[in-house]
Amino acid sequence: MKNSKLLSVLSVLVVVMMLLSACGTAAPAAPAEEAAKPLRVAVVMPSATTDMAFSQSMYSALVAVQKEMGGEAKMEIKYSENMFKVPDAAAALRDYASQGFDIVIGHGSQYGASIEEIAKDFPETVFAWGTDVNTFGLPNVYAYTAAAQEGGYVNGVMAAMVSQSKQIGVTGPVEVGDAKTYIDGFVQGVASVDPSITVNKTWTGSFSDVALMTEAAKTHIAAGADVLTGSSQSVVGSIGAAKENGAVMWFGTQSDQASLADKLVVASQVYDWSAMIKQIIANKAEGKLGGETFVLQLKNDGLKITFNAGYNLPAEVKAAAEAAIEGIKSGAITVEP
Amino acid sequence: MSQDTVVKNESSQPNKEKPKWDELLLKTSMPFLAMFTALLIGAVVLLLLQVNPFEAYAAIFVGVFGSVSGLTQSLVKATPLLMVGLGICIAFRASVINIGAEGQIILGALGATSWALAFKEWPAWALIPSTLVVSFLAGSVWGFIPGYLKARFKVNEILSTVMLNAIALQLMNMLVRGPLIDQAGVAAGTYLAQSEKLPETSWLARLIPQSLLNTGTFIAIGMAILVYIFLWRTTIGFRIRAVGLNPDASRYSGINVPFYQALSLTLAGGFAGLAGAIEVMGVHHRLLEGITSGYGFSGIVAALFGGLHPLGLIPASWLFGSLLVGADKMQRAVQVPSALIDVLLGLVVLFVVGSAYLSKKWAANRLSNSKKANGAQS
Amino acid sequence: MEQVLSQAVLVGIITSAIRLATPYIFASIGEAFSQTSGVVNLGVDGIMLVGAFMAYYVVLKTGNVWFAVLAAMLVGIAMGLLMSFISVSMRAEQGISGIGLYMLGLGLSSLLFKVLVGSVQTIEGFKPLDIPFLADIPVIGEIFFKNSLPVYVAFLLIPAAWWFLEKTTWGLKIRAVGQNPAAADSLGVDVIKVRYFAVTFGAVLASLAGASLSTALVNLFQENLTAGLGFIAVALVYFGGWKPVGILVGALLFSTVNAFQLWMQVLGVDIPSDVAVMLPYLLTIVALVAVTSRIRPPAALNKPFDRGEN
Repeated sequence: MKNSKLLSVLSVLVVVMMLLSACGTAAPAAPAEEAAKPLRVAVVMPSATTDMAFSQSMYSALVAVQKEMGGEAKMEIKYSENMFKVPDAAAALRDYASQGFDIVIGHGSQYGASIEEIAKDFPETVFAWGTDVNTFGLPNVYAYTAAAQEGGYVNGVMAAMVSQSKQIGVTGPVEVGDAKTYIDGFVQGVASVDPSITVNKTWTGSFSDVALMTEAAKTHIAAGADVLTGSSQSVVGSIGAAKENGAVMWFGTQSDQASLADKLVVASQVYDWSAMIKQIIANKAEGKLGGETFVLQLKNDGLKITFNAGYNLPAEVKAAAEAAIEGIKSGAITVEP
Repeated sequence: MSQDTVVKNESSQPNKEKPKWDELLLKTSMPFLAMFTALLIGAVVLLLLQVNPFEAYAAIFVGVFGSVSGLTQSLVKATPLLMVGLGICIAFRASVINIGAEGQIILGALGATSWALAFKEWPAWALIPSTLVVSFLAGSVWGFIPGYLKARFKVNEILSTVMLNAIALQLMNMLVRGPLIDQAGVAAGTYLAQSEKLPETSWLARLIPQSLLNTGTFIAIGMAILVYIFLWRTTIGFRIRAVGLNPDASRYSGINVPFYQALSLTLAGGFAGLAGAIEVMGVHHRLLEGITSGYGFSGIVAALFGGLHPLGLIPASWLFGSLLVGADKMQRAVQVPSALIDVLLGLVVLFVVGSAYLSKKWAANRLSNSKKANGAQS
Repeated sequence: MEQVLSQAVLVGIITSAIRLATPYIFASIGEAFSQTSGVVNLGVDGIMLVGAFMAYYVVLKTGNVWFAVLAAMLVGIAMGLLMSFISVSMRAEQGISGIGLYMLGLGLSSLLFKVLVGSVQTIEGFKPLDIPFLADIPVIGEIFFKNSLPVYVAFLLIPAAWWFLEKTTWGLKIRAVGQNPAAADSLGVDVIKVRYFAVTFGAVLASLAGASLSTALVNLFQENLTAGLGFIAVALVYFGGWKPVGILVGALLFSTVNAFQLWMQVLGVDIPSDVAVMLPYLLTIVALVAVTSRIRPPAALNKPFDRGEN
């Protein structure tokens, strides 16, 4: 008995020390100090700010706008991440609004009903939410969405041209939302170059199962694919699989994924929300609080194709991609979502 | 008949109803003491993150108890916890661990959504009760399967419920991107993973303006009282508890042990299903991905906090709901990574579950002392 | 259909299955130790996450996979001692203490990742290790002998665990305290100590399961990397009837069906992807029903031992 008591005391000590040592080196999460009434922006996101995908795209855009405006003194950003539980997100949105934030962003399509209810109670506050197109007829609500199929198409054009094996693999989570529209656009892009190329799709049924996503990518590679793409925060596993193989190319979406495999990521479709955020801020200065839907498109620079400098993209492929971008912008090419 | 009384005696021993007041005090204060210790360790973590723990914990307290919105939010949170916890409680009483509530919530939500959308034109007095019944049935199917497999094939319920959770999730994926998908999302080209909005006649009435609090909370409290009556005042309830307390004695006295274990799992599934329905009908008004919000697991914790007693569950789920809401408020107030909330909750659960023994041991000491005083007698 | 059954596809399925099974084998064998001694540990997923993060972080900072293995083992010991303290010394309700441990592990790994790393980065973990000569055998070499070290270790763990549990005194003690702790106690076995050992050893294996994921199979870390894999691992222990060989069968069955469904999707077989994803879960249940397990669980499973009461 004595022995076990000693052990138990030890175990507690070990855990405490683990906590201590691990957090000791932690960088300080400096709370933003309010000086001369900065613009206050709050954002509620379903996944982590570091997901290399949907949530990160919004958070980076906010930080970029903040930097442009002159730092924390001019613009305060508060965020709540991993709010995949809708009632929690609703509570967060309401709290931020009642704390007097100027702009409250609900960055998840599941937050619609909450936004609709809360926005009515805070007519002075600007609300923005997405991805969806519905502003509920309220004058202080913006909706936003991304025409992911457009960048998907451009990625598809490039993928078809760089593929040697004429076989392309798509690793998706669940066939909904922009995971679906991106991939539909991608398939159309491939077909526009060479209809004989086979595009095989796998769905893991989960937005977070990295292990299965990795294996899905490896399966595509074993089946002969030499180009991969995919969507959701779990595709980091697919990129890892491509990197391990060393000769398989990757096309990214949502965030710039080049940092994960700098030799193999050809290009990424990046959601750039910063123009939209700046527009919302400018509108607010003029007294307009909402009632508009933003669609990120190539045309309005909300969607950007970032070519990875580390990958040596043949000139004719890049030219074809740029032609596709121009075609979509001008309306000469239409991509069905 | 005489054997039946044997079981009765066996079962009445561990839950002798009238505890001494100091024992009761200890029993109720121990979890708080444990929670306090856990939060103390949490304070160290907060300090390391360069956050003032007083400010952080004040945010929890003020956030939950300092405003109407905080109070209503914790009740909204407590409702599914209570509902799921009731099911966990019934299963636990029959010594079955139900970790399948996640899947059962999904089935209940699917059942409620499909039914309410199929009979849109029904008036509220017919639609709301029938939808609730359907969701209970749908959830109980997902409880019946592991129950039947356990009774008939001795398939361990942890294995089957873990697998069924995954299957339920895929089932929801399939329906919500197929037959149940919101056609407005298809028309707008967004293909969001959510169903059409339910008809207003199926909504549970909201109770306080600017909050999500709805009549589902009353339904849950009503159910808790029903479950209490069921477990302690009916023969079936008595047999379920007897099975849990002493399966061997129950078997000798002619109770069909596998049957009652399967029954308890089926009922547990039903209550989790109702939780899913209340989320759909009272909170979201539609089915969307992530509908379970992890209540299937946090419901287990709430059930423990409530001493696995239906009535104890009412304050316990409210308390645990408050903790969840408060932790979120703290995250917003001091802007720490949300993962810290899981760390805190994990510590609280570990310390509370660990502390139960200390109060039990203390009570046992007292008992043996009083026995000695009364002369040895077993 | 003939395409589905071609040799290349079969080889692909088995190669995938072996990789997929690796973390399950580590974690399930670990859980088997714990449960054989009478302690259900539902916190496997949390331990895996902490182990996965620690190993990943060490590789990221030092580039040395052996330090990573050591770090994962240490953190496994810490988590195991915590679980033992709560479940064995404090005699807690095991189903619930496990869930507490899971929450703690999930939170701790995400928090550390957030403050120490910040964003997803890939690492150079264990490299594929061709076994000399054996790797050159056609087909078989391709499938079995071109994996990374953790994969080999996982499969060697099966006979090792069997030997330890069945043939050594310590194994006997573990089984004894799981079957009849009171009797074991009266024979002079320190029940508490044996359970501490079994639970902690199990936690070390769970931690290594996480490490195999983050440093060999996916070579990165992300919040909630395991996505519930640890719960499946617990389920597989019941499938395997607490026997290492049974666990191997369960892990391979689950993984093979999973690999099979991925291949079906890649080959464009016309079934809904959701149904395909369901298959491994469904077939695991069906398989268990079909063979109707006759194996009895450790009699004292899930029952805390209290010397005073007996």
